[in-house]
Amino acid sequence: MSCQHLQLAEAIERFVHDGASVALEGFTHLIPFAAGHEIIRQRKRDLHLIRMTPDLVYDQLIGMGCARSLTFSWGGNPGVGSLHRLRDAVEHGWPHALELNEHSHAGMAAAFTAGASRLPFGVLRGYIGTDLPAHNPNIRRIACPFTGESLAAVPALNPDVTILHAQRADRAGNVAIDGIVGAAREAALAAKTLIVTVEEVVDALPPAMNGIVLPHWTVAAVVHCRGGAYPSYAQGHYARDNAFYQRWDTIARDRQRFLDWMDHHVLGTRDHRAFLASLQTEATA
Amino acid sequence: MSACTRDEWMTVAAARLLANDSVCFVGIGLPSAACNLARLTHAPEIVLIYESGTIGTRPDVLPLSIGDGELAETAACVVPLPEIFSFYLQAGRVDVGFLGAAQIDRFGNLNSTVIGPYELPSTRLPGAGGAPEIALHARQVFVMARATPRSFVEQLDFRSSAGYLDGHGARARAGAPGGGPRAVITDFGMLAPHPGSEELQLVALFDGIGVEEARAAVGWPLKVADRLDTIAPPSTHELDTLRALNARTREAHARPVHIPL
Repeated sequence: MSCQHLQLAEAIERFVHDGASVALEGFTHLIPFAAGHEIIRQRKRDLHLIRMTPDLVYDQLIGMGCARSLTFSWGGNPGVGSLHRLRDAVEHGWPHALELNEHSHAGMAAAFTAGASRLPFGVLRGYIGTDLPAHNPNIRRIACPFTGESLAAVPALNPDVTILHAQRADRAGNVAIDGIVGAAREAALAAKTLIVTVEEVVDALPPAMNGIVLPHWTVAAVVHCRGGAYPSYAQGHYARDNAFYQRWDTIARDRQRFLDWMDHHVLGTRDHRAFLASLQTEATA
Repeated sequence: MSACTRDEWMTVAAARLLANDSVCFVGIGLPSAACNLARLTHAPEIVLIYESGTIGTRPDVLPLSIGDGELAETAACVVPLPEIFSFYLQAGRVDVGFLGAAQIDRFGNLNSTVIGPYELPSTRLPGAGGAPEIALHARQVFVMARATPRSFVEQLDFRSSAGYLDGHGARARAGAPGGGPRAVITDFGMLAPHPGSEELQLVALFDGIGVEEARAAVGWPLKVADRLDTIAPPSTHELDTLRALNARTREAHARPVHIPL
């Protein structure tokens, strides 16, 4: 597949279908918020959302009724508390019930790694003494064929679509990522289709050194989207808006306040640039 | 020493457990504060690892999340997350895992998943995250949690990560490679496992606090070790360092972020 440069709305419309499994990855850093908001604007439904740490972007997708199920390993607002829309879906089925496929971080990392390698399952020395396998039939035990040791196995994750945010892409569609990368590389290469939103498109990428590069033929679409990770962050471009993460707790706690906020800032804005502008208006109001 | 809060006292008490030559896998919140306080006081060479992949990080302010930019900018190296869990934690390269939890039982098993039944919980908590394997593989685990009978419980609603399971060697028989929870630091003092039964018992109290307060805060009949130590209050240096760290952190987290449009 050759990489294309697309507008965000077109990339989401073309590649994210109702009922698809979708992984928006990025571990705290480089979370593709702009893409998540566009999925909400296009009112995608019945999605199987995959992400190690659901974060605010999945709180928003779940609260807006886009999700049927969630594969995850830690679903909170980091350092702040709960994801209230995720909790409301699990505890009260609002706006509708959400099926959970729950792992540990190490289990998810193994599943993405297996997916990227096109192996059927990932293996780890994990989950011993926990109740997680009792509630997730996808966590099983296998015997090592060489030593007989009992190990945990998890099926590979191969999302229909993985969406990442990155600092840079070049015109050919090669993507470069710096800083905390989480399981972005594994989720990217595990996907059937990879979309990457980027802060900037450049003629030539800087020397890769130890940074991660996703070569152009692994990327379906590159979208130029400045600020596309906000309120998460892009190292070297802008910081994580910790004050927004704290503010989200009060916005998301109440269903109506959440819906009003989403109506105003996401559904009521035509794109991410307008979303950012609407927040800045709010901040200075 | 000026008067300190219980949170400050437990943070200082936890920090003192960490040695200068430790490699420590840090959980967010109180454990993160304790680990960085240790680094800024008696353990300047301690290697702090956060599960976001930052190794040897030396943040000037405490991260709000496990992956704030400050952690990457001040790290010796930043590695992909599967590497942190496979090459470092699972491979046995971590001395101390430092965890928090919503519930803990008398054998140091932790719950951070649900209150109530899993399928229809009264409270859905964030979940296990990195904890199951940190608890499994670290050579020793320290836990920090404020004690109430709702958090220090007779029976967990869900076991997110293993302490000593049912005690009496059950953890080792289950094949857990690491040593399990060696200390539980709470807002009255410290619990540690009995060498035989592996049941957590009271081993130390903050100076001026009585055994009765500890018993009232724990939801099982708390046993007291033969030797009960006293934890000295924070020194002026410890308290000043912690308060300066917290003040820098509050200021940094409130700083507005501007995206050029």
